[in-house]
Amino acid sequence: MATPIPSRRSLGRTTRTRISKGVFYILLLSGSVAMLIPLVWLIRSSFMGLSQIFIFPPEWLPDPWRWDNYPKALTTIPFVRYFFNTLYILIPTVIGTVITAALAAYGFSRLRWPGRDLVFGILLTTLMLPYAVTLIPTFLLWANLGLVNTYWPLILPDWFGGSIFYIFLLRQFFLTLPRELDEAAIIDGANPLQVLRFVIVPLSRPALITVAIFSTLFEWNDFLGPLIYLNDSRQFTLALGLAEFTGLYTSQWHLLMAAATVVIAPVLVLFFFAQRYFIEGIALTGTKG
Amino acid sequence: MTAIPSQEPPRGRKRPRRLSRHRRREAMWGVLCVAPAVLGFLLWQLGPILGSFYIALTDWRIAGTPNWIGFENFRQIFTEDRLFRKSLGVTTYYSFGSVPLRMLLAFALAVLLNQKIRALPIFRTIFYLPSIVPLIASSVLWIWLFNPDFGLLNAILRPLGFPKLQWIYGSDSVIPALILMSLWDIGPMMIIFLAGLQGVPRQLYEAVEIDGGNPWHKMRHITIPMVTPTILFNLILSIIGTMQTFVQPYVMTEGGPNNSSLLYVLYLYNKAFEQSQMGYASALAWILFVVIAILSIFVFRTSSRWVYYEGR
Repeated sequence: MATPIPSRRSLGRTTRTRISKGVFYILLLSGSVAMLIPLVWLIRSSFMGLSQIFIFPPEWLPDPWRWDNYPKALTTIPFVRYFFNTLYILIPTVIGTVITAALAAYGFSRLRWPGRDLVFGILLTTLMLPYAVTLIPTFLLWANLGLVNTYWPLILPDWFGGSIFYIFLLRQFFLTLPRELDEAAIIDGANPLQVLRFVIVPLSRPALITVAIFSTLFEWNDFLGPLIYLNDSRQFTLALGLAEFTGLYTSQWHLLMAAATVVIAPVLVLFFFAQRYFIEGIALTGTKG
Repeated sequence: MTAIPSQEPPRGRKRPRRLSRHRRREAMWGVLCVAPAVLGFLLWQLGPILGSFYIALTDWRIAGTPNWIGFENFRQIFTEDRLFRKSLGVTTYYSFGSVPLRMLLAFALAVLLNQKIRALPIFRTIFYLPSIVPLIASSVLWIWLFNPDFGLLNAILRPLGFPKLQWIYGSDSVIPALILMSLWDIGPMMIIFLAGLQGVPRQLYEAVEIDGGNPWHKMRHITIPMVTPTILFNLILSIIGTMQTFVQPYVMTEGGPNNSSLLYVLYLYNKAFEQSQMGYASALAWILFVVIAILSIFVFRTSSRWVYYEGR
């Protein structure tokens, strides 16, 4: 027997790593199942008839597939209207957030002025401020302006830098760009706004897209804001509409699940196409910086 | 935690004096660029904070003029308001259950994903997915999952010999049920942990291997100390977020049964927007603010003992 015998130690090691790898995969797979199963249940319920939904023990596959749950759910409550209301708030909000957050991030990262880092530090503390404290005075402010039941309270604040979270994220990104670019443009006679527009913005597309996506997601999911500021059901957003639906049709689980699926579907699509931005954006905020 | 790095690249040579006009222009532009954000801070953060303090000392209802009543709201809250004590207790219970469990789970998943796993992007997507589901939609979904008769959870547990659990419909089980639900949404936390883990230098692990250390040693002496800043970051943000949970109890339980899921912000909301007691609700908000601040300061204080900053 001339074949070299692998030493016991290395053999032990490879089997051990193989076993631990296997354990890792098993854990990951079971975790994935646990994460996905509620969504599977959601979709399965949305395609069932009411009689099948109330069978015990439950069945996993709809039989027959009730596609008409969807049109039924979407017409019981004016979902199309709510959808456009949501967009009506979302689009100006996201545009305002991206523009003013980029401006602020630029002013906090690439232009030098006295007291800059102190001001940024003060703004950063609002990350830790409970929203509950500002909720009531802000509401009273809008109420005194007579603007409750309009979209102004939901749109206008986002034209003032959006959230410090976005400014922070963009600032982190801007800091990674070489300064020589700005200086070259300045020497060529550009003013700082032009530097932002023609040098920084084109180089920061991923970060700007990330901010746009986060703020889209936030506006789409926002519940408390519309709940407080919108009382007229004709102005409702999708989130409010779904809550209203839940209150009205408590036991119509098939229709409720169809409606919930419709509210979730757009963000799922957005997530699948823009996943990279989510992951990198989140990771960026958590890094020591 | 988020120390601001100084971003000025070191400038080797002194700039000629004549550039100072440029510097002044640059400063002007800088102030101009941040002006909307600073104005927003004054209008929607600082202003309301100061306003809130004033409102808390009045009996402001939505209609009519506010009367100054001093600390009467606070006196009532602390001496007469049973629901205040209840909601503070419920919120503490919920937060102390939810925050550590979510952190543990998010950390464990991040460690698993950091193991040079094949198909990492797929797993990462799956674990992140629940976090993008709108809270209102996930609340509706979880009401259905928690349904004692036809919900998913009992459908899984009953064949395993469990009794018919009441979940959000029982006053003892509602908070554990909501904690369980909160474990579904750990995506961002996990991603932040993962980023922290990926920042741990490989040489450190190799050093442990050379010294004959096992995976436990690596975890205990390298991984955990190196990601303590990330743990601190996640801990603070999730305490602040969890203490202010609102949508789930509002949609799923309306605080019930028997007020056992009357989370603090839901109680505050009811006072402000159902009973329009703006002054009273502002006082409640200030108390929550102080509680959260104390918790955060406590965590920061202890953090010097357990957070390891590289290069210090």
